[in-house]
Parts: sequence; C-alpha cells; structure tokens
Amino acid sequence: MSTSRNWKRPPFIKNPTLRWGLVLGAAIYLALAFGTMEVNWSRVAEGATRGKRFIAAFFPPDFSSRLDSISDGIYESLWMTVTSTVIGIALSIPVGLGAARNLAYKPVYYFCRGILAVSRTFPEVILAIFFVKLFGFGPFAGFLALSVGTIGFYGKLLAEDIEDMDPVQAEAIKATGARWLQWLNYAVQPQVMPRMIGLGMYRLDINFRESAVVGIVGGGGIGATLLTSFDRYEFDSAAAILMIIIGIVMMVEYSSGYIRRWVQ
Amino acid sequence: MLRIENLVMQYKTGDQALKNVNLEVPNGQVMALIGPSGAGKSTLIRCVNRLVEPTSGNIHLGGIQLNKLGTRELRKARRRMGMIFQEYALVERLSVMENVLSGRLGYVGFWRSFFRKFPQKDIDEAFRLLERVGLDHMADKRADELSGGQRQRVGICRALIQDPELLLVDEPTASLDPKTSRQIMRLICELCEERHLAAIINIHDVLLAQMFARRIVGLQLGEIVYDGPPDGLTSDVLTQIYGEEDWEATIQKVEEEENGSEEQPAV
Repeated sequence: MSTSRNWKRPPFIKNPTLRWGLVLGAAIYLALAFGTMEVNWSRVAEGATRGKRFIAAFFPPDFSSRLDSISDGIYESLWMTVTSTVIGIALSIPVGLGAARNLAYKPVYYFCRGILAVSRTFPEVILAIFFVKLFGFGPFAGFLALSVGTIGFYGKLLAEDIEDMDPVQAEAIKATGARWLQWLNYAVQPQVMPRMIGLGMYRLDINFRESAVVGIVGGGGIGATLLTSFDRYEFDSAAAILMIIIGIVMMVEYSSGYIRRWVQ
Repeated sequence: MLRIENLVMQYKTGDQALKNVNLEVPNGQVMALIGPSGAGKSTLIRCVNRLVEPTSGNIHLGGIQLNKLGTRELRKARRRMGMIFQEYALVERLSVMENVLSGRLGYVGFWRSFFRKFPQKDIDEAFRLLERVGLDHMADKRADELSGGQRQRVGICRALIQDPELLLVDEPTASLDPKTSRQIMRLICELCEERHLAAIINIHDVLLAQMFARRIVGLQLGEIVYDGPPDGLTSDVLTQIYGEEDWEATIQKVEEEENGSEEQPAV
C-alpha cells in the first residue's frame, strides 16, 4: 500500500509573512478610511426633504417654453459629436499605427505612445476647460476637447488591436512582395476593421454624452443649455433636456449595437 | 537555380537555428526538407525570402544575391518566390478572389490594389488557377468559410499567381487529414511540373516526402545530415535525422504504398 500524499493548491503569494501582511494592511487601511469619512446626519435629513422638492420640480418636464434653445443645443451637440468623432478617428489612425509595436520603429513607437499617453491623461472636462481658456466659450472648444479625447481612446485601442493581429496572415502578404501600404490594406486592415467600426460607434456614443458635460464648463452644446436652465431654476426645462439626452444616448447605443453585430 | 552558401542563422537568444548550410536546388526540382521540430526547416526557407534575416552566408536566386538586397529590390525579388504556409495563412476576412489576387500585389500600384481594380489578365489568371484547383465557384466566398483543404488550395493559387521561379512550402499538410494531405502534395508537385518550378517543401511526414519528392534533404539541429533520393532513407539515416526509433514500419509502408493503386484526385 502506498502512502497517500497531501495536496493543496499553492498560494498565489508564496511568502506567508507577505501574504498575511498584505491582508492585514488592506483591512487596517479600509477601517481607517471609513473612520475618517464624516457623515453629518442632520444635514442628510435636511437634504432629503430638499431633494424631494427638487425632484418634484422636475415634473412635469417642460419641452415647449425653451424649445428654441433646447433644439439649438441639441443640434450643436450632435454637430460637435459627429465632427469630433470623424476628425478624432482620422487623426488617431496614423498615431495608432505608429503606436503598434509590431509595425513601427522604436522612436516612432515611443513618440506615438507619448501622444496617446498625454491625451489619455486628461479627461474631456479638463481638456474642455483648457480649450475654453485658449479659444473662448462655444462649441469649437468642445469640439477640440472631444477630438483630442477620441485620439487617445481610439488610437490606443487601434494600436492594441494591431498588436494582437495574426502575424502569419501579415507575413503571407509581405511574402508576395507587397508595398507597405498594400500590406496595411490587405493584411492589417481586414483583421482590425470589424472591431474598429464597433469601437467607432461606441466612441460616437461616448462623445455625445461627453458633449453634455463639456457644455457645462463652457464648451457649448446641450450642456450649456442644461446649465442655463439650472441657473434659472427652470427645473422642468432641465428635466426635458435630460430626457432628450437619455433618449438620444439610448438610440445611439441601440443602433451601434446593431451595426456592430452586422459587421462581425 | 537557388544556391545557398554557408548559411548561418543565430537568434538573439544565442540559439543557432542554422549552422553553415550549403544547398543547391536546380530549376524544376521538387525537394523535400525533412527533420524533427526545431531542426531549422522553417527558418531555412524563411531566410530565403528574408522573412527572417540570416546572420551570415549567401543566398543566390538566378543571378541575384538575395541577402544583399535593399528594401525595394527585396520586394521585387519576393515576387519571384511563392510561399505556401502551414496554417494556410489566408487573410480570413478577405474573399477567396482577393486572397488569390493578393499574390499580384508586388506587380500592381497601390491605388489599383486599393480599389481592387486588378488588370484583366490577372483576373483571368486567377480564375484559371482557381479552376485548376477546383474552386472557381467559390471566388466570392470569404476565406474563413472554406475547409482546410480548400484553404490550402487557395494558398497555392496565391503563390502561383505571383508567377514565381521558386516555391517555398512550409509544412503544407500539417493541419490536414491524411487523404487531403496527399491530394495537396500531389497538386503542388503536379503544378511544379506543369510550370517547371523549383520547390523546397518542408514536411515532417517522412512517408509523404518519400512519395512525392525525388530528392530528400534531412536537417538535424541546423545541419544537413542527408541529401539524396527517397529510397536512400534507411533505418540508419532516419535514426541520424530524428534519433533512435524503430523505423522498419515506416520504410515498409512506403514500399507497399508505391506498389498500391493511385488515388483518384478529388475536388
């Protein structure tokens, strides 16, 4: 009879001191973090009744009395969304190609990765504040902010998709004596295209939602209209604007899902 | 004629994939390159069209020294070498026709290829080749809808439409069933004969190599250890290439098959 041997799954972190130290450290930090969070319960109670009044003021939503400025804001936002998505994607293609490790030479790679890192560091709101300071209030600043945001988003995902492509298919086209651009068109593009179309639709969706945020800091569009109606305490108009935003976001999301399924 | 002199390929890790390989393949000769995995078969043919850069040595094709070419000349030289791959390496989301026509990329300008406006004679030739391998009715199917054997036929068409002098064939049957493997090997050999093409066929199936090639080169750890006719592959030679094993069955089976009836080529 053979002696039975013990088996246990080897732990993820081998060193037991380190393992239990990390668990204990995390627990202590969490306890301290909750401990320092101050909750003023009387103010919460006060806020609750005010919140109820606030929400009640949203109803019924008023679409008609500010119709002109609402529709202007919507058109401006849609214009901003479409142009910034198109321009942003167009600019992100060369950057994305340069930021793919398997395509670009080292200096080009680091340069393009740098561009992506910088444009991804700042959220669209910060970019918008910056461009409003540079070019003044209005949708142009918003358009620039969204375009730069799109470059960072789309360029990085394009570069990653190119890095994940099947190298054998690319090798086969290279072996035919194809030029570099032909190689891109025949070996790389077919491999990344379906995902990139889907991501383009997704970015359109993001840019529309961001266009509302960007407007609040002066970047024009529906966000500006929304801010104005809050400032004037016209909560019923604000409710109408929010509902329109929700409606458009849902529409874009539904159609982008449909298009993504269609290109696969 | 392909002439390889003192070819050495050393990877950055220090592994020598090829140690001083000398090899000549005359026009029109179909040569099988056998050897265990990691012997350097793939590296050898990839050095010829420089998908892998050799460390040292010379490679001549016709009058051209391939290892000295700049980017532009290399591109032109690659048109003269068709390559057939192990996993077919078709661009899966392109149609069968686009995959075949991609073999002409070295001959047409960018915009023509971008708008898929290939010269009529290229399209005629593509249809002729597809017809020859029995796939002309599949021209507009997407490559990933095809079966393994069909894909490899498209891969063969892509290599042949380049109008090459030399075929570099990397494990053409590794992902195929035995019957399809034989059909594909037969097709490659017939086409080489029809067009008077030289070919280097990497293959690890000794039986197939013996059935279809008139010359066998055995590679072991980056060195040529056998170069001769198929019937020279004795038990001793196979042991030298692959290591100690009972080879009697392999050798016997070949003799039986050579005496057996020819299979009908199927579409």
